[in-house]
Amino acid sequence: MKLARDTWLIFQRQLHLLLRNPVWVFVGVFQPVMYLLLFAPLLKPALGAPTQAEAYKIFVPGLLVLLAIFGGLFQGFGLIAELRAGVIERSRVTPVSRLALLLGRSLRDVVSLMTQAVIITLLALLFDLRVFIGDLLLAYLMLALIALMTSAVSYGVALKVKSEDALAPLMNTVAQPVLLLSGILLPLAFAPGWLQGVAKWNPFSWAVDGTRALFNGDIGNDRVWQGLTIIAILAAAGVYWAARQFARSVR
Amino acid sequence: MIETRGLRKSFRSRAGRETKTVEAVRGVDLDVPAGEIFGFLGPNGAGKTTTLRMLATLIEPDGGQATIAGADLLKDPGEVRRRIGYVAQGGSTWDESTGREELVLQARMYGIGKAEAHRRAARALEAFQLAEFADRKCKTYSGGQRRRVEIALGIIHEPKIVFLDEPTTGLDPQSRAHMWDEIRRLRADGMTVFITTHYLDEADALCDRIAIMDHGELVAEGTPTDLKREISGDVVQVGLDVTATGEAEKLLDGEEYVNRLELLDEGGLRLFVDEGATAIPRILRRIDAAGLDLKSIELHRPSLDDVFLTKTGRSLRES
Repeated sequence: MKLARDTWLIFQRQLHLLLRNPVWVFVGVFQPVMYLLLFAPLLKPALGAPTQAEAYKIFVPGLLVLLAIFGGLFQGFGLIAELRAGVIERSRVTPVSRLALLLGRSLRDVVSLMTQAVIITLLALLFDLRVFIGDLLLAYLMLALIALMTSAVSYGVALKVKSEDALAPLMNTVAQPVLLLSGILLPLAFAPGWLQGVAKWNPFSWAVDGTRALFNGDIGNDRVWQGLTIIAILAAAGVYWAARQFARSVR
Repeated sequence: MIETRGLRKSFRSRAGRETKTVEAVRGVDLDVPAGEIFGFLGPNGAGKTTTLRMLATLIEPDGGQATIAGADLLKDPGEVRRRIGYVAQGGSTWDESTGREELVLQARMYGIGKAEAHRRAARALEAFQLAEFADRKCKTYSGGQRRRVEIALGIIHEPKIVFLDEPTTGLDPQSRAHMWDEIRRLRADGMTVFITTHYLDEADALCDRIAIMDHGELVAEGTPTDLKREISGDVVQVGLDVTATGEAEKLLDGEEYVNRLELLDEGGLRLFVDEGATAIPRILRRIDAAGLDLKSIELHRPSLDDVFLTKTGRSLRES
């Protein structure tokens, strides 16, 4: 009860500050829209897809997962600014729940990601993408879990390294191989055997496969429940670890 | 209100390949009675802030015991948090929030309901003369205004004791005097105030009792008056050229009425004597006889600065 109340309190505060400066939601949408407009048209011939709509069914889910990963991983920067301003320390001398300090922030990130995902989906509809609403909601659940995990991990790492200079290269180093090994831009079906073998160890590759299956209306595909399970477990672990960083001493 | 026994904390720091253990706080025993302004003095790196952060539950002590406002620090830090307020040195407000938003949030983080949080925020804004800026963003505030918001944040839940870490550092003289009044007002409201400072005049003017910390240990504790009285006698400060200082030291060091003697960096000597009025003519005669050029001579009662110098072997200004 206290956890829910405190989480709501922190969430409201963070959302309020975000809405005071909503330009960031649109900055976040700008890049994916550029991909949608300037990169996706190459895909129909490149993938040998029969129609443009088919190409979007492959590309849009990957793009959304990409957005969730990157959107989350770079949230730590905002937290470092809060650390520096003393806001985190001020929260830590109150009895507020430590888990709520994390969850309130991460849920704000999830909401901001979902807003972006809806905008991109709506734009893709203009390009003849068609998805069943039930499948789409399940895909959104996958995206929400990814964003929850990556933002929690980013906050945890930010509390550990405490400096933007250390966080930026760290996050880039993690994000790049994760991105390339998840078949986000092009499906790994085109990859040589060894690359597919390595990608199997990347949880995001399962998430991308699952999300693509959902966009394809293939809800019974094993990759759907496998992807959701893997990401849900990792999100829980990420949240647990990051909340512990909030509870530990922060200088 | 605060009682600590043998409170300890050490940090491991790594320099290259070597790990070094720094004993930041080596066994502190403190007794702070309710309703006082208690000043905690010490040079930078003495362990003041570490002690304060332990008392405020921000870092866990390695050992020792502490009871704060009746709650056990080690066994029940959650209860300590409910009973204390803490205002950090480096600020704690967010640029993009307004003073009112910060106060409401802080009250609600202490579990206070929404309506009551708004009432308390309004009352605090009034009391700290912030009402006219209440709905402006914190980044537009002056240093003094921002500091007042931060103090208000620290006491929004009406704690029994509030910790203020260097509350006047970086403020101009007028804001500083204003802040002293605010702090006295907290005491008048029945709160115990624990402040750290490295301004001795501040400790002297504001604090009912002070403790001096150096190298992680308490080296003195008492009322400012008692501590000054401990250094019996007077202080005579003799202004000389740097070149003449060495010779004057030789002349005066052996004199039986000089209890202790210190060199001043800018040239000259500081002499601790039993009675200034009889010592000054004798000092003057010696200096005159040696043909040294005297620039100034001052007599004063021991200040906290002298207490500090006696207890730690250095002046607070140079540390």
